Parts: sequence; structure tokens; C-alpha cells
Amino acid sequence: MAGKARGRAGGRADGRTGGHDKPAPSRSSAGPPDRLTADSPLRVVGRAHRKVDAVAKVTGATKFADDLALPRMLYAKLLRSPHPHARIVSIDTTKAAAADGVKAVLVGKDLPIPFGILPVSQDEHTLCVDTVRFIGDPVAAVAATTEETATAALDLIDVTYEPLRPIGSPEDALTYPEPRIHDYGDSGNLHKLINLEFGDVEEGFAEAAVIREDLFFFEGNTHLPMEQHAALAEWSADGKLTLWSSTQTPHYVHRALAKVLELPAARIRVIATPNGGGFGGKSDPFNHEIAVARLAMLTGRPVKITLTREEVFYCHRGRHPTLMAVKTGVTRDGAITAMHFRSLLDGGAYGSYGVASTYYTGALQTVTYPIKRYKFQGARAFTNKPPCGPKRGHGTPQPRFALEVHLDKIAEELGLDPAELRLKHLQPADSLTANYLRVGSMGLGECIRKVTAGSGWRDKFKRLPLGRGVGLACSSYLSGAGLPIYWNHMPHSGVQLKCDRSGGVTVFCGSTDIGQGSDSILAYITAEVLGIDPFDIRIVTADTDLTPVDLGSYSSRVTLMSGNAALQAAERAREIILPHAARGLDVPMTRIVFAAGRVFDVEDPARGMTFAEAVQAAESAVGTVGTVGSYTPPKSAGRYRGAGVGPSPAYSYSACVAEVDVDPATGIVRVPKIWIAHDVGRCINAAATIGQVEGSVYMGLGEALMEEMTYRENRQVVHKFPSLLEYKSPTTLEMCDVVTYIIEDPDPNGPYGAKEVGQGPLLPVMPAVANAVYDAVGVRIDEVPITPEKVLKALRHKQKGDAPRYGPNAFPEIPWPEPTRVPPPWEGGDGKARDQAATLAGGVREERQH
Amino acid sequence: MPDSKVAIAFTLNSEPCQVSFAPHKTLLEVLREDLGLTGTKHGCELGECGTCTVLLDDQPVLSCLVLGQACGGRSVRTIEGMAGRALHPLQTAFADLGAAQCGYCTPAFLLAAQALLEHNPTPSRDEIKQALSGNLCRCTGYIKIYEAVELAAAWIRGEKATAPRESLYGR
Repeated sequence: MAGKARGRAGGRADGRTGGHDKPAPSRSSAGPPDRLTADSPLRVVGRAHRKVDAVAKVTGATKFADDLALPRMLYAKLLRSPHPHARIVSIDTTKAAAADGVKAVLVGKDLPIPFGILPVSQDEHTLCVDTVRFIGDPVAAVAATTEETATAALDLIDVTYEPLRPIGSPEDALTYPEPRIHDYGDSGNLHKLINLEFGDVEEGFAEAAVIREDLFFFEGNTHLPMEQHAALAEWSADGKLTLWSSTQTPHYVHRALAKVLELPAARIRVIATPNGGGFGGKSDPFNHEIAVARLAMLTGRPVKITLTREEVFYCHRGRHPTLMAVKTGVTRDGAITAMHFRSLLDGGAYGSYGVASTYYTGALQTVTYPIKRYKFQGARAFTNKPPCGPKRGHGTPQPRFALEVHLDKIAEELGLDPAELRLKHLQPADSLTANYLRVGSMGLGECIRKVTAGSGWRDKFKRLPLGRGVGLACSSYLSGAGLPIYWNHMPHSGVQLKCDRSGGVTVFCGSTDIGQGSDSILAYITAEVLGIDPFDIRIVTADTDLTPVDLGSYSSRVTLMSGNAALQAAERAREIILPHAARGLDVPMTRIVFAAGRVFDVEDPARGMTFAEAVQAAESAVGTVGTVGSYTPPKSAGRYRGAGVGPSPAYSYSACVAEVDVDPATGIVRVPKIWIAHDVGRCINAAATIGQVEGSVYMGLGEALMEEMTYRENRQVVHKFPSLLEYKSPTTLEMCDVVTYIIEDPDPNGPYGAKEVGQGPLLPVMPAVANAVYDAVGVRIDEVPITPEKVLKALRHKQKGDAPRYGPNAFPEIPWPEPTRVPPPWEGGDGKARDQAATLAGGVREERQH
Repeated sequence: MPDSKVAIAFTLNSEPCQVSFAPHKTLLEVLREDLGLTGTKHGCELGECGTCTVLLDDQPVLSCLVLGQACGGRSVRTIEGMAGRALHPLQTAFADLGAAQCGYCTPAFLLAAQALLEHNPTPSRDEIKQALSGNLCRCTGYIKIYEAVELAAAWIRGEKATAPRESLYGR
């Protein structure tokens, strides 16, 4: 039957395709299913498909936020601070408000209620009330009849500032607790201080044969989505607000709007437009979204804002610059007896996801290789720079870079091959880590074997001529955060499914397609269960009026969570239809199959009816056919304060080998090829899975070699290059060849076993490149990006007989709080801290987030 | 202060077109705002990202750097004119291989690739990279784009090509 299903679906072209539309292997359900075995009757899942919105994307028909326009629409602009840190003495908007074409002007005191993505960091205002905290912080908003008029009106606003000492770095924040950037936080300008200890690490170090300590720095970088953020607000005369926005998290924008505007949430509708790239940069509720909403309410006219590229750099929320110290004790064969990991994050001016980011720099070290005793200390500083937040890999690429380069050094010290070292010490499947993360399926071993075999690792490592080298690194990532951002017991994802008597099926889900293909996942899974063509299914997503809540496109959660919700809804629909179809066909229910758009007897396929007829039979018997599905992650094992960050229903695994060419004369590093294997659990759409892996490798390559958010060091903390030209990212000329291996180690928590693929494959790229540079020229670059001047400096150090490396040399003293001591599972721990006071429910609640 | 408008006549997607607009507007703005053709995107409006690429007299140009007034009497092609009754082979290949992820840079890549294939029906991988090096994509890592251009080029040459299995399923 699978062949029949393929034939039908394969021949069904989209209405807009035709003459040139060659029977390509990626049409729905086409392509050899030989990854599926005979006992795996999947007809849709696992094959290479077009995405359901592919034709709209290639014809330019997709409507992004800035493509929307409404009659009588006004244009908004924000006036931004020219100071990194200053008190607002006065704002005079009289002239601007009187200008021709200006319809409304807003300042901070008009919207005094703060907001922020995390309940513990409600520290942002739509427009700064009394303090500006970075160059680019908005202080006023104007709505006018044209964009030019709005821009010109900004020059008519007089703001008097009283400059305050800018805090330019975490070191500054440690030196100068005053002036405080915020009046909350753990100490002075330190936003968050974490100290967690899982077992006695000193005891662990005493058991070690070798103890190694290294310092690393990961420079900040930004998402750089090609689409600038844009939002359009409409206020209707009956008191309802609609906001269209390029956001990854419409649900959280909905909550922020209700809070700041003091409107009932039921009167607010947020529609996330397809995102022209997100990568985490559109995951916070943003001030421009709230500003246009308020301006629409004030003027009674639709108001749109589209940020300039420079403004997108100020929105930021990108990778935290992170200084790290890692100390590890190992036995002679490389088993880790203890690890002490410290991180210091430069958070920028606001909280954003930063508390979660800080926990994440210590959370996932434990899920790849067993760590017997583990201590993590993390600190996040406020600085007068654009706020950092979640970028692809959220808080974990920095420590993963440190850990994997550190392990490379340990392997060398022990005289072990780095691949062998890792293969010998893999975290077992179905296990609990020292910090109480529950690992389910674990395909890292197969990943390592694939990339080492494919790259010819054994013939290349330490054997290539000077200037050429290979490096290996591994990683793991979440398939969705196990806990919600705000404390509640409700599902993380919901689906409603409607079966029409025409045979049409509509799936409603709050999930947001940011290009990763989450809309398509809903269609493939529903099609798999109901035996219909995924391209016949209508997908309605990311609309708070129409769709059940899905928490958003972050933490690689959507395939697993909305996929499970869709699976449940579709199975319930099948259960409703099945008995009525069976009765109509006079066939026992156990013999009924849903496939190829039909419902039929598996023993006599000619005896059947169309799917539409089956829906009609059910509707005649029971009325309208509709179902719901929802997904809540399993309860996590950790009960200590901070245990909310790290748990996930499933962890993906990746291994990567990078080959590099390093020119010792110029320090220029080129990467001709990367081999990467990713354990995705199960592919839902093979083509999209490969696309996510290649895209992750690309973004990782950028972070490894060139991407950095840096600021002038004259204490004015001016962004060095807020432009697409000067912020270097890989073009076609820098991108490497990529060989991808998909490993399928199905996880019982994933729909059809699926785990994440959108973020994990980025993580091993940076350390693999750094390790390859060492193999090529014998110097350690303990810092990304690995720019030519750093390589040259390291080579010079080596020539002079100094340590052959480039990287940080010190980790500052930090006033750590008393540690929260949690005995690991194998020391009789139950997931709680030894000191009960540290597990106060309030603390746990406030700090569970993705 | 409302600008007095200027008017031009030009060929847009093979059809005659007249449009009037404020004199300072770029071709990008004229297309999106005065003609409602929002398929042409923008990523910087400074000529840095390639996202607003259209074909002006069959050559790829950055429409954010071309004044609308400079297009009188000339021919402009945008993504809206690419598909006829059927998708263009490049569009089919991009859709089939997943060369469009978020899709925001896609119209620009398609037009730049179309210009390449119109004067070089058999481009090498390196020639494709060179031709597309002025266009940034943050989603795909470019690889699916190269493969789609190669596949479409083969179809346009009349070859019965299919995408390599490993580009859809991995090794």
C-alpha cells in the first residue's frame, strides 16, 4: 500500500506547478523509503517533502510583516538614546507633536508598566522612563502619515540627558557596583549569581590521575535574520487590538501587550507573520510592538513600524559574550571524576532571557559524557550595551566550545585519540545525569563513528602537512525546554483539528513558522495518521484568536511538542471516524487502513471508501468531527532551585569533523569541508532535516571564524559595526562543503521518535574548527571568532617559546553565593538540595524557563 | 510636506507599466509601495545584503540603490513575473530541495540565479557561488541553493535530472 500512496500523492502537484514541474524526488511522499523497514508502515514521515509553504515562498507570495498595509495606515519611528547610560532630565515633544503629518507622540511615562520575557526580569519599558541603558534604547515614539514625516519629527524632540558612568564590560560591572544599571539583581551590577554543586568536586579531583584547567572566551554575536523586525497594529472601534508581528513567540507578546496596555487579553489578537529568519532574535516581546499598539489605540488608525538594519542590531538579544574557566579531573583512560565550570556572561542592558542563558552555560555539559561530580558557577553582568538573549543554541554553544576544546587538550595529555576518548565515555541512554537531566535515546556513539569514518579521521589526524588539520567535537541539545517560562500546569502545545465533510482537514496550532518548517510538520503528522495527502491539509498557525496556545519557536521545542499535540488530535479524529467507516464497509475495525486518501480493508483494498466518505459516515452518526490534542512534557527529576533549566523530553546529539587550511604567513583560516552527523531520533521530513543541519553548520562556521558584536573601547560602548556589510557573516565564498549523516535513534518521547535538529548541529562546529586549527599549526585559539590576527599572535607566542595559544589569561574574582548542594543520584540524591531552604518553591518557580 | 510626484513608463515583468511616485523613491520602494509588488524584499536598504535584487534590463541590480526615476523606458523583472502558467524550473527546484527556508532572501536568489542561467546554461559550482556571492542567506548555508540551481540548469537544458539522494536524505 505504501507504493500506492506514493503514486497518488506523488502525482498530485500543487495547483501552481505544471509544465516545468519535473517529477522530482522531493514531492510529497515520493522518493525511496528505504530508510524505513518492512515493519515500519510510515507513508509520509521520514521521506523528503516539499514544505507546505514552499510554493508561496518561491513565488514571493508569502506575506511578511512589512508586506502588510492597511488603509489609512500610519508609520511609526522610535527616537533612540545617543548615550550608553544616562538619566533622562526632560523630554519636550511639543514641536514634534505640532508638526504637519504627525498624529501621535509617546514617551516613557505614557506606558509606565514594565515588561520582560521572564517573570523574574520585568525590567523593560516600552520607552525609557527615567534612564537610558544603551546606545539605541528608545525614549520616544512618533506616528505620522509617512515614514519620512515620522523620521523628521524625531529631530524635533528635545531630550536632556545627564550622562552616567557607562559599564562597558563584566569586569567594569565587578569594579563598579554603582551606578547600578538596574535597581534589582543579585549584587550591584551583577544581575545573576549561580552556585550549584552536585557531589563533592574536591573529592573527585582527588581521585583524578590528571587535572587540567583552561580558560576560554566566546565573543558575542547576533542572529542577523534577513528580515528586519516589523509590526503592524490595528485598533478597532469596538475596542479590540490586532497586532501582526514578525515574532517567534506570539503567546508571550500577547501576555506583554495585555500587561502593559492594561487590556483584557481576550480583546487582543496577536498574529505572528511568517518570520524572515529568527534564530532566537524575535523571541522577546519588543518595545516597538507595544509602541505601535499604543499608537494605534491613540490615533484610531493602523500603525506600522519596520526597524532599520541598524535598529535590529540594537534589538540584539544575541549570543552572550562569555568568559569561561573549566577544570576537569580524569582517570588515565579519560573518565571524568569531577568538573568545575565557571562562566561570566556579559548580559547587556536588560534581563531578557539572561537568567536562563546563565543557567544554560552550566546545564548541558553533563548529557554527553558522564561527569561523576559537577560544580557550576555562573554570573551574568548588566552592561550598557544592547541586551543579550537567546541565539540558536541558547547559552550552550559557549560552554560546549570550551568543553570540547578542553577535552581535545585532555586527550592529547593522556595520549588518547580524541574520538576514542569520547567513544569510551558516552553518557548511557536512559540515564540520569549528576544534575538530574533524564537522557532518553542517545545516538552520539554512532554520530562519532560516522564522521570519523567519512572524513578519514584516522588517516588525517596528526598526519596532514603543516597548515592542514582536522578537528573533532561533539554536542547535544534540548528538544524543547521541559518547563514553561511562566509557572503553570497547562500544556506547552495545543492543536485543534477539524474534519470537513468534503474530506478537507484543517489543523489549528499556535506554533510559529520561522523558516524551520513547523507548519509542515503539523501537516505531515496529520497526513500520516489520517492517510491523506499533506498538501491537502489546511494549516492555520500563530494566531492567538484562532489557534490553541503553543509557547513559541524557541528551545527547539516545536517538532516534538506541537508534533505530539498534532499526533494526538489526528489519532482522536481517526478513532471517531474508524467505527463508522468499518460499519459502512462491513469490515472489522482491526482491518481498516487509512492511506492514499482512502479508508479500506487491508485484506481487500478494493473494498473501501474515500476519506471524505468516511468523514461523512462519521458526521452522519455523531455530528461535526473535530478533535483537540495537547502536549505537556514529562515531569523533570531535579527539584533544586535552578533545576528548571536543562530538562527536556529528549536530547539530540551531534558529532562533527572539520578540516581546515591555515596560512601560517597570514593567519587566515579556511574551512574546505565539514562532516557532521546528527541524531535526530527520527526524521519527519528528511529534506528539511538536512536543511537544518546545513544551516546550523553555516551559522556555526560564521561564529567560528568571523561573526562578532563588538564595541569601541573608549567607554562610550558604541557598536563598532551595526550593518550587514561590516558585521561579517559567511557568503557563498566562505561557506564550506558539508557532508551530512542523519542518525535515527528514536526517542519514546518524540512524535514517531523525532528529536530536534534546528539548533544542535551548530554547537560542535566552533570547537571542531578550533581543534582543527591546532592540528594544522600547533596553536590553541581558545577564543572565537578565530580571526587571522589571533592565529598570528598565537604563532608568534609559539616562535618566542611562550605558551602557543591565544585566549584569556584570567578569570576575575566573583562574590559567589553559598553553593546549593545537590547530591547526585548515585550518592543517594533525590533531586533536592541538601539545604531545604535553597529549594523554596518560589525560587524554583521563578527560575524555570527555557 | 507632500512631494510632487514624477511619472515613468517602463516594462514590468514583460508588460507595459506606468507609475507615479515621490521623486526620491528607490526602485525597491516604487515596486513595494506604489505598485504593491511586495515579493521584492529588503534587508538593509543600503546595498549590503542583496535581498532586494531584481533584474534591470536582464542584469541583477540592488533595487534599493536604483532610483525609480532611473528606470523610465527600461525593463524590470521581479519575482512576481517569474512563474508563468507553471513555476519556473528554478522555483520548482528551490521548492523541491528546500532551498527556501524562511523564504525572505529567496526571490533575490531566484532572480540572481535566473540571470546567471540566462547567460551561462552550464555553470560550474564555483561559477554559481560567484554569481550568488552578493546575496546573503542566513538559513540554508547556501548548499541547497547551489543544488537547486544545478538541478534547474539541467532541466532547462532538457536533461532528465533528479536531485542526488544524499542531498535529500544525507549519507
